[in-house]
Amino acid sequence: MDFESYDVLVVGGGLAGIRAAIAAVEANPRVRVGMVSKVYPMRSHTVSAEGGAAAALGPGDSFETHAFDTIKGSDYLADQEVVEAFVREAPVEIIQMEHWGCPWSRNPDGTIAVRPFGGMTTWRTCFAADKTGFHMLHAVFQTSLKYPQITRHDEAFVTKLLVEDSRCVGVVALDIRSGRFDAITAKSVILATGGLGRVYAFTTNGNICTGDGMALAYRAGAGLKDMEMVQFHPTGLPFTGILITEAVRGEGGYLLNKDGERFLKRYVPNKMELGPRDIISRAMTTEFEEGRGFEGPHGKYMHLDVRHLGEKVIDRKLPFMRELGREFLGIDIVTDPIPVRPVQHYMMGGVDANISGETPILGLYAAGECANVGLNGGNRLGSNSLPECLVFGAAAGRAAAHYASSARPVTANPVDAMLWDEARRVEAEYLEKKGGDERIGPIREEMQREMDAGAGVFRTKEGLSRLVRNLGGLRERFEKVRIDDSSRTFNTEIIAALELDFMLEVASVIAFTALAREESRGAHARRDFPERDDEHFLKHTLAFHTNTLAPRLEYSDVHITTFKPQARSY
Amino acid sequence: MPDKTITVRATRFDPERDREPRMQSYEVPFTDESMVVLDALNHVKSHIDGSLSYRWSCRMGICGSCGMMVNGTPKLTCNAFLRDYWPRPVVVQPLNNFPIIRDLVIDMDDFMHKLKSIKPWIIRKQELPLGAGEHRQSNEQIDDFRQFSECINCMLCYAACPVYGLNNEFLGPAATALARRYNLDSRDQGLKERLPVLGEAEGIWECSFVGECSVVCPKGVDPAKAIQQTKLDTTMRFVLPYGNRE
Repeated sequence: MDFESYDVLVVGGGLAGIRAAIAAVEANPRVRVGMVSKVYPMRSHTVSAEGGAAAALGPGDSFETHAFDTIKGSDYLADQEVVEAFVREAPVEIIQMEHWGCPWSRNPDGTIAVRPFGGMTTWRTCFAADKTGFHMLHAVFQTSLKYPQITRHDEAFVTKLLVEDSRCVGVVALDIRSGRFDAITAKSVILATGGLGRVYAFTTNGNICTGDGMALAYRAGAGLKDMEMVQFHPTGLPFTGILITEAVRGEGGYLLNKDGERFLKRYVPNKMELGPRDIISRAMTTEFEEGRGFEGPHGKYMHLDVRHLGEKVIDRKLPFMRELGREFLGIDIVTDPIPVRPVQHYMMGGVDANISGETPILGLYAAGECANVGLNGGNRLGSNSLPECLVFGAAAGRAAAHYASSARPVTANPVDAMLWDEARRVEAEYLEKKGGDERIGPIREEMQREMDAGAGVFRTKEGLSRLVRNLGGLRERFEKVRIDDSSRTFNTEIIAALELDFMLEVASVIAFTALAREESRGAHARRDFPERDDEHFLKHTLAFHTNTLAPRLEYSDVHITTFKPQARSY
Repeated sequence: MPDKTITVRATRFDPERDREPRMQSYEVPFTDESMVVLDALNHVKSHIDGSLSYRWSCRMGICGSCGMMVNGTPKLTCNAFLRDYWPRPVVVQPLNNFPIIRDLVIDMDDFMHKLKSIKPWIIRKQELPLGAGEHRQSNEQIDDFRQFSECINCMLCYAACPVYGLNNEFLGPAATALARRYNLDSRDQGLKERLPVLGEAEGIWECSFVGECSVVCPKGVDPAKAIQQTKLDTTMRFVLPYGNRE
């Protein structure tokens, strides 16, 4: 058991985590930064982001409209001072990424080009063809290699936050290659672990998106905010859930039902294909229910049609979409429509954090998808998440570095005991457990099916109550889980068990908070409460860990500065 | 068990028990024509043998983690379709030319060091201040380096490279392509800093121009071209008049 000690420890190596690490070093070059990630950083799920990153860069744009679009898109659940700060910082961060080598697509004059995106009233989404996340992640990761102050712990899985006297002082991490448990201590810890899409069966999210940081913070006593707000992206490929970017519609693609009709005219007549994701996903689901979807071997779907754009535009603006069509479906999107249906994509909820990424636990910060700083409210607009990672990753990095410069050092003595206890817990619960007749795979698959059925695009009291009960049953089965793999070396089965433990935790929070929000707002659509209810629910949900599956719920006011809530129509 | 199945033969190796790798066979239901080799491995891990170890995440050909040898060819298992192998067995092995950590998991630390050694970041004599906005760059200038920026670090090219197989001091295809990506970027002025790494004995000169790296690349990158162009670069430095050597 080894000790490493840092000023700032970042958990997660995606866009928010790496941005935080660099910001910490640039704020104070003497800061020693550790970065622990369960995968090599360039595997992080940022890599799958396609369409772009929003920023009010152009002369025809303004901070006010970006802020208003975001707040309206959030169905007024965003904290407005957070949005206002975000829109001002986003252009700076886009330029910073340009200086770090991101190959942004360009206008003829060599400036950064923008494209239209859903819910945005003007063109403001910067893009690197349709692999924006890939290019941003590789650019920022490769740039991070030049900072000697950053030490990486690749392929190490954090099992627990070390909290001493209500202060976070590091983590316990399982080094996947050696099977060794390490205490990695730090004066401050930044969670940047991404989303939790793998609690659903049909998701765009990679296998690594298992809500680790949310579960870690929740168990350490932090609140999880607005966890009922789960985004379903309108256009995923049936069977695989592979994301087809919103930029396909931004560039002019049509969504068609089986009658060849652009059905969105009945739902978002003024925006059509450029409506926000929550509303379009509900429109598609409604069309399916009313019998106007195509029927395929992998369920109902719609057509996303870009044939009228022509090969030249497609190859310039959407080359990865053409590649995905060819590789995974055997179709050419130049001549064939793309089959799509709504798919879990993003978690608006997350670890309760303020505009600087500070959580209520001293020394603990959160940024990116695992955090909820109040930017996205009930529904995130497409292309706001990449700049969110940059703006709030950088903010958390600076704040953590500043705090670390005056925080007292971490003492080894209690950490030693906490490390020992945690290593014993994991070994006893998984590696050394005798008996047990349950397997990880079937429990995970059942959880995913239950989440699709109970906490999908539309929700009801009955469905959510059943989900709560069934997740309880799955938790009991999980206590009897058996691990085949007794090796210490690269034991991915124990990682899968630890991830499933975290996923069952956050899935239950989703179910309970969704049950409690008796209104429809943003992505949370209750059949039994179809209207938004500002009188009772213009509030953030805060969920706190208890000794049972049911969280303790609190509600806090939404910060409204400029834009008074009004009816949301497009 | 459904009627249609496929046999998956996978490398097993646990350094705590095995002296050398062995093969293990699994019978996997082949229930959908869209299934890929990775789906078969996931079925094994979830339902047959939880101890089988391998890396994967995005399953859409962009994270670069699921590269393995599939019937002897380096492939991303997330887009290697079972229908292309059935009814014969599909043989899955760890990528060639790398040390095996466990089962199908390779040790790629060597590449991570090589990546850092070529300084894969924008180098400028003088940094542009943020307030000055973006560097102007045309789409045509991006086209100069675009293909080399598409590398997903999946290691298929190293697994296919006969030179790297014989001598892992060789800088190799992906690292050279990424150096080329920065050298060709109109914003970058770091060629001179990278050339010592590229030009040394185990840099580009080892390449015998077999071109297998470019054949197996799942992203259309042409590392062989990058290596040949870089050879020209390093030569031209000595041929051109003094003032043009940057």
